[in-house]
Amino acid sequence: MLSSGKKSTFRGGKMKISLNINNYIRNIDIEPGDVLYDVLNKLGYTSVRNSCDTGCCGTCTVLLDGEPVPSCSYLAVKADGKSITTIEGVKEEAEKINNYMLNEGAVQCGYCNPGFILTVIAMKNEIKDPTETDIKNYLVGNLCRCSGYVGHLRVIKKYLEAIK
Amino acid sequence: MKVVNKSLPKKEGHGLIEDRLSYTNDLAPSNALKVKVLRSPYAFAKIEDIDVSSAEKIPGVRCILTHKNVPRNIITRAGQGYPEPSPHDKFIIDEYVRYIGDEVAAVAAETIDIAEKAIKEIKVKYKVLSPVLDFEKAEGNESVIHMEKEAHEMFPIGFNPVKNIAAEYHMHFGDVDKALSDSKYIVKERYYTQAQAHTAMEVHTCFAYIDTYGRLTIVTSSQVPFHVRRITSHALGIPLSSIRVIKPRVGGGFGGKQAVHGELLVALAALRTGRPAKLIYTREEVFEATYTRHPMRLDVTMGADENGIIKVIDMDLLSNTGAYGEHALTVFMVAGSKTMPLYNKAIAGRFGGKVVYTNNTPAGAYRGYGAIQGNFALEATVDKLAEKIGMDPMELRRINVIGENEGSPVFKIMGEGTEGVDMILDSCKIKECMTRGMELTDYKNKYPRQDMGNGKVRGLGSAICMQGSGIAGIDMASAVIKLNDEGFFNLIIGATDIGTGSDTILSQIAAEGLNVPYEKVVVHSSDTDLGPFDTGAYASSTTYVSGNAVKKAAVKMKELIEKTAAEIFETDNADFDGENIISSDGKQTISLSEFSNKLYYSAGQKQLMTCESFVGDVSPAPFMAGFAEVEVDTETGKVELLDYTAVVDCGTPINPNLARAQVEGGLLQGIGMAMFENVKYADNGKLLTNNFLSYKIPTRKDIGSIRVEFIESFEPSGPYGAKSVGEIGIDTPPAAIANAVYNAVGVRINQLPITSEKILDELNKRK
Repeated sequence: MLSSGKKSTFRGGKMKISLNINNYIRNIDIEPGDVLYDVLNKLGYTSVRNSCDTGCCGTCTVLLDGEPVPSCSYLAVKADGKSITTIEGVKEEAEKINNYMLNEGAVQCGYCNPGFILTVIAMKNEIKDPTETDIKNYLVGNLCRCSGYVGHLRVIKKYLEAIK
Repeated sequence: MKVVNKSLPKKEGHGLIEDRLSYTNDLAPSNALKVKVLRSPYAFAKIEDIDVSSAEKIPGVRCILTHKNVPRNIITRAGQGYPEPSPHDKFIIDEYVRYIGDEVAAVAAETIDIAEKAIKEIKVKYKVLSPVLDFEKAEGNESVIHMEKEAHEMFPIGFNPVKNIAAEYHMHFGDVDKALSDSKYIVKERYYTQAQAHTAMEVHTCFAYIDTYGRLTIVTSSQVPFHVRRITSHALGIPLSSIRVIKPRVGGGFGGKQAVHGELLVALAALRTGRPAKLIYTREEVFEATYTRHPMRLDVTMGADENGIIKVIDMDLLSNTGAYGEHALTVFMVAGSKTMPLYNKAIAGRFGGKVVYTNNTPAGAYRGYGAIQGNFALEATVDKLAEKIGMDPMELRRINVIGENEGSPVFKIMGEGTEGVDMILDSCKIKECMTRGMELTDYKNKYPRQDMGNGKVRGLGSAICMQGSGIAGIDMASAVIKLNDEGFFNLIIGATDIGTGSDTILSQIAAEGLNVPYEKVVVHSSDTDLGPFDTGAYASSTTYVSGNAVKKAAVKMKELIEKTAAEIFETDNADFDGENIISSDGKQTISLSEFSNKLYYSAGQKQLMTCESFVGDVSPAPFMAGFAEVEVDTETGKVELLDYTAVVDCGTPINPNLARAQVEGGLLQGIGMAMFENVKYADNGKLLTNNFLSYKIPTRKDIGSIRVEFIESFEPSGPYGAKSVGEIGIDTPPAAIANAVYNAVGVRINQLPITSEKILDELNKRK
């Protein structure tokens, strides 16, 4: 299992990759075993947060060419040449969703919120008029231990209704 | 009330979703050394030899800590008031390792890779000892887990390490045996609860650095910064005055961060190297080497008279504290002290048992703190008693439950680690909660079951619960309010927001007391140098204990503003209406902004600041009624939770939205413990469920609806009528879901979690 905590022991020297992060192209030296989370973390993207090390909690989600991926379990080298969106890249839309969260009292510890909001945006772009089941299926990989998820659901429904 | 009881948005605004320096890891300097911990592969062993010579030679390794070179001061890591009710049985690093995951050594190096490489180079010779892995065989086991001579209790808690007993407690009132023999109906049941994991989304993270003044600063994702300062001082043998602890934004705690975890290691690394040092736990380390909930065995006997009045409750428990006795006694006692008073018609009661050491991951504080374990046993037994009597279980609860202006002998007898305080409930709307919950769930028609006709049966089950609001007579909180020019206020508190929203609700309380808009209050919390003392975020204390301190400081500041303005006006009095200060003769008016500008620059110059403290004489209980509707497939045993309805009496919700979120989140954690979170160990004591793939917490697909309502209630001793709300949500799901499953298919699962497999097994046994 690749993770930031336990990396592949293979060290074949540095590699150079190019990432388009929030519409800003960066050429970066990486180790072959680096996962995308490590790279973004070193570059200072603090909104991308690590939690599970195994790609199953959604906290470290970024959009890779628009698709949500867990950056803790995605090899950085595979992202070479691709575009990466962190929450700063969709600031306006993210703040719109976050306003619904704030008004609903659905922001708790906040740690999972960037990953959650990015996934909501990806869902909105991918599925037209998602049902409650669609929403639950799409976001099933975004774990949250503070909420009962019901606040999230209220937020998503209000947000989707408002942008119709 | 203008600001309190309003669902205002949190103070953080967009601060938690954007690239700001919020959480501990965001704040760590990039040049910080990275600390990795070598952890024991054995459940119980003695380190006969440890050789770090080749590890030390690796370029980039700056410091290696082992039992040979760390201070040997025995402590408890439990973040509790002092003297702690937990035994002192832990060294920073010891020559004995007592569970798989215990610290053997720590390396601070320039990069994580180098630290990990060095960890692999450390050569350890272990003498493997026979571990104690079955907590029912721990007492008197020939393997003694704590034989170190320094281990001690701070005051009598029944600490008896030779027998593997971390704590022991017994109490009774009335004549239990006679009350049992007089009872017409008696039920006796045995229950088991598991070592639930907290799984806060932010892993435990801390870093330390030596500041300009040569002082040690620890930045940590902690629930208890002031306790971290004290414990660090004791463990390292350095003066308290040389330590500053800062708690930034924390990504969830739930009790898992009510302790010292990595702080001592980063502190030592920083002191030894002079460099900042950072430790981020891996998720696996959080599972294996922080805290779990105390697993328990609970034997409950309950007796009732011919009218269904519960006359006697007898609870005999065995609790597993794992390798260290952190929170051992107090969690144990709460299993009785926050459950037995529910049924205060009892003329006799007994509670007691032992908390034993094993070679498992240490158990510690976890939301509910014993009450959830006790509630599962008590409330499942109440349902069984109702069945025996032939009475509806909610009717049985209604005729027995504690009410307003009533007390319980248990309040006085049992505190947390010590004697409790006598208490008459000034607010208790549990009967109203029950009635409303029955309406919401259509109890009349849905209890006990509905056969869906397709092999599926739905069952409705219920349970009630109580918690406390802080630890009476012990836990203290304080607040400072400072007036600034332009008329805004700093609220400086020791209270620890761990995602709960306490910065927000305490600002609301301050604004209400000051009679100013919420926006005029700027909050800063949890810095041991800059803020006043607060015991921290635990024991459902912040709203009630810290909230009362804030209210006092705010009211005093308003009075101070009026008094100071009167001096400037040269009148007897003045009145502050929230915007302007008006002289008592009505002739002079000045805005707060003008007044404060004057005060700091031109007339009668002085700083206005108030500081107030609060410690509760009582610990008012919030109450809740919980209702679970499940659907069980009689063919496969598959169980689904369709609905969970909760009706809560928490007094005045300071922020109804945030209070609701607390209850919803508590419910889901309780549901997780009830149905999903299965803890598995290998035969050698290795925790197998050490990541989110093997340890399943509920996802958003696992729940049907969750409904939360608040009953109107007012606690006279609380800030603007408030009681606590942080823990109350978690307590009922295990019992209510167990009762619902029984009502659906007649199968009683007494061992958590209640899984489809267990239900199927029981169904098959009946065939």
